[in-house]
Amino acid sequence: MSNPIKLKGEKFLWEMVIGLEVHAQVKCKSKLFSGAACDFGAEPNSLVSFVDAAMPGMLPVINKEAVNQAIKTGHALNAKINEISVFDRKNYFYPDLPQGYQISQFKSPIVGEGWIDISLEDGSSKRVEIERLHLEQDAGKSTHDQDPNLSFIDLNRSGIPLMEIVSKPDMRDWKEAGAYLRKLRSIVRYIDTCDGNMDEGSLRCDANVSVRTEGDVLGTRCELKNLNSVKFMMKAIEFEANRQIEVLEGGEKVEQETRLYDPNKNETRSMRSKEEAHDYRYFPDPDLLPLHVDLQRINRLKKELPELPDKKKERFEKEYNLSSYDAGVLTADIQHANFFEKVVVGRNVKFTANWIITNFFGMLNDLGKSIDESPVDSEQLGELLDLIQDGTISGRTAKDVFEEMFTKGGNARQIVESKGLKQISNTDELEKMVKDVIDENNKQVEQYRSGNEKLLGWFVGQVMKKTGGTANPKIVNEVILRLLKN
Amino acid sequence: MGKLSDLGVEEVINGLSNKSFSAKELVQTYIDKILEDKILNAFVRVNPEKSLKNAELSDDRRKRNKVLPLDGVPIAVKDIFCTKNEETNASSKILENFVPQYESTVTRKLLESGGIIIGKTSMDEFAMGSSNETSNNGVVLNPWSKGEKKLVPGGSSGGSAAAVSARLCSAALGTDTGGSIRQPASFCGVVGLKPTYGRCSRWGIIAFASSLDQAGPIARSVRDAAIILEQISGFDTMDSTSVDKKVPNLLTACSQSIKEKTIGIPGEYQISGLSDDVRNIWKQGIEWLKSAGANIIDISLPHTPYALPAYYIVAPAEASANLARYDGIKYGFRANNITSLDDLYSKTRSEGFGAEVKRRILIGTYVLSAGYYDAYYLKAQKVRTKIVQDFNIAFEKCDAILTPTTPAGAFEIGEKSHNPVEMYLNDIFTVPASLAGLPAISLPSGLDNNKRPLGLQLIGRPFDEESILSVASVLEDSANFRSMEIEQGIVS
Repeated sequence: MSNPIKLKGEKFLWEMVIGLEVHAQVKCKSKLFSGAACDFGAEPNSLVSFVDAAMPGMLPVINKEAVNQAIKTGHALNAKINEISVFDRKNYFYPDLPQGYQISQFKSPIVGEGWIDISLEDGSSKRVEIERLHLEQDAGKSTHDQDPNLSFIDLNRSGIPLMEIVSKPDMRDWKEAGAYLRKLRSIVRYIDTCDGNMDEGSLRCDANVSVRTEGDVLGTRCELKNLNSVKFMMKAIEFEANRQIEVLEGGEKVEQETRLYDPNKNETRSMRSKEEAHDYRYFPDPDLLPLHVDLQRINRLKKELPELPDKKKERFEKEYNLSSYDAGVLTADIQHANFFEKVVVGRNVKFTANWIITNFFGMLNDLGKSIDESPVDSEQLGELLDLIQDGTISGRTAKDVFEEMFTKGGNARQIVESKGLKQISNTDELEKMVKDVIDENNKQVEQYRSGNEKLLGWFVGQVMKKTGGTANPKIVNEVILRLLKN
Repeated sequence: MGKLSDLGVEEVINGLSNKSFSAKELVQTYIDKILEDKILNAFVRVNPEKSLKNAELSDDRRKRNKVLPLDGVPIAVKDIFCTKNEETNASSKILENFVPQYESTVTRKLLESGGIIIGKTSMDEFAMGSSNETSNNGVVLNPWSKGEKKLVPGGSSGGSAAAVSARLCSAALGTDTGGSIRQPASFCGVVGLKPTYGRCSRWGIIAFASSLDQAGPIARSVRDAAIILEQISGFDTMDSTSVDKKVPNLLTACSQSIKEKTIGIPGEYQISGLSDDVRNIWKQGIEWLKSAGANIIDISLPHTPYALPAYYIVAPAEASANLARYDGIKYGFRANNITSLDDLYSKTRSEGFGAEVKRRILIGTYVLSAGYYDAYYLKAQKVRTKIVQDFNIAFEKCDAILTPTTPAGAFEIGEKSHNPVEMYLNDIFTVPASLAGLPAISLPSGLDNNKRPLGLQLIGRPFDEESILSVASVLEDSANFRSMEIEQGIVS
């Protein structure tokens, strides 16, 4: 059972009710209703067809690939796929919306109800229900800060397919909301329907937040926008929940409104009240017939789904005998999981898993790099692990070698050889060194022999110093113990 | 042989193939006529150089025996079709100076079949109107006007109908949303054919109401209309609402016997506002079909009275969204002295759109707004379904339906322009077939008291243009409208 955070106000204990609306850009060659390419970072207005610019007389034609991606995502969310769905026009004026309406799905979305399980910090899991997933076009991008008198519009994004994934208000604190968003991102990356990149805006999130005293009816919600990372989303929810509690405990009402999160000040500000809300005048787009997808296609796409995070985690636990925690960490990201499975072949599982989680992921994290950007690939890491396992280098040395591989490049074996980092495991050679140390430090030998066994570490340290850290610590230990006994 | 401009499409095709004249001579004749005309104002733009160049290319193909189906036929095109590198305004100020970088599918097909675009014709702004009076290019005169009585050509394809009637082109293209091909054809004494919704691609046609808009020919004869339609029809992957159906040989259909055909006469079209002249022509039409051996039956289309109100909800609703793109941001007209974004929208659209367009945008916005959607838009859609059902039932018993095209003949310029509802009533007989997406043709069948043309309309089953063409051909032969044109001095 999950144990969500409750917030203590002046008077009452409050619980949060949170639902998320996630906009995921569909990974797709071309736009939802035109042949223009979907690419991030291209020259402004270079990926714009006549349809995307809403030239007179242009008509939308549905992109089957985008539909398939939405269906696959629906399957991965354990959701019902609707054989018939309808595209509607959502009408509003904005310069980066060339048609004056967005083509979206209002009453009949392509994907209906579903669910995902999220893992919580205490090791428990919780099911979050999905309300729907629908397809819609993205708008272009306006830029207002390039010129004091002009605004600029880039229509490259205009018409890119989006999946809007709406959860039910099932989350009870920001940690659950964070876990949900991370899980959703993990899933879409697994099935390759969205790259899940929040920095580039290919995954965006709005949060609906309300508070209530335990067991009470639902409170009035506010919609939070501009949540550009999981971290900011969580902070925004925390701030907003506390704000609402303050309002309610002060005897006032929460106004239903849209609020903008300011990450610099860590606060939410009113953007649009309910009265100012747009009347979008949705109606079925007469340029597009209702979208039919037959059962065969729906089932075929289900079969094409890869192993999903939950299943993979389960398999990792069974097949590799990993702890639930380790399996969870390794499978949270498909690329991480694939990396592990490449390295682990023919190697010790526990050792490999630990090394990857602690050192490899640790390094990626410290340098803020994704696994694609890692200068060390699975083969190179495998070689390094082998050098540790066969005693060529110590675990301690391995960390230095790894750092060098990561920052300067090169293979483990080369670095070890060129820098003479090979571990000395030759007992005769080490015996000589230990004898030297014993001869040079009579005082410490006395102390040790009279019962100060803690000095053993000091002796080891002296030998390591002499060998520049390359002595095999295990053998040094044994030799010192043996020689000091005599 | 008379003047070159007396020849219709079929005659032109024959004359060119007999080498009686060249395409260049023919095109030159029309260009001269168009440029000489100072009264009708049917054309908004001609490009003589380009048209003549294309005529030369056509003559060249003929020399090389590479003749195309419409090779050398001069055709006028309503200014609602986007024509590549040629200004296209839909007779609206808001699209002033707009030059499309693409060719509409229908005009592309026309050009690819050898047709020569002789010019772009005036229309009601964004195809919203029944008199061509809402055009930003000034009123168009109906060639049947006499003396002081200046008649409207009808609308919205008024320029195209007037141009065909006045022999300024062999034939023309129009578009029909609620009657915009058939009503002006009826007013100007020419043939207008609205095909089944989905028969022709809408790609590149400036949209008015997407679920209703269809391109079609306006011509001097039923056969000419059939020839043109056959060339511009066909499935287009760029238009999701176009239908993948084989285009039949429509000219053959024109000469098919109607002896086995059953023609339905809908009682609901006997409205009180029907003029006696129209009533008589309708009766006359029934008699003609009887003598040709057709079986005449009474049918009922009970939801007909609700068609016009439903149309004036559905069409403006779609238009309100379709015209949202004209915002002054990307192309066309933008107002001056702007202080804010809202000001830009408001001034551009206030100054750029005419009164009728604004009226329909407002109606459309209203019927789609929260709290009114169910009462108006949704209800209108339900009515539309009922109307489709009415026709389905009727077509179980008959092959085509005969009605008048309009309740009366052409009216005078200014007569109805201040009374929108009276203006809308012009479409009362044409709108039902539009709502049901059915093919319908109007052909000139006689004259009223004031010697103004009156048309009869035939409505067919979906994708059965053949039936209405065969029946229309019989009516055409019986009516012998050509003699009235000669008598009234329309043609020599």
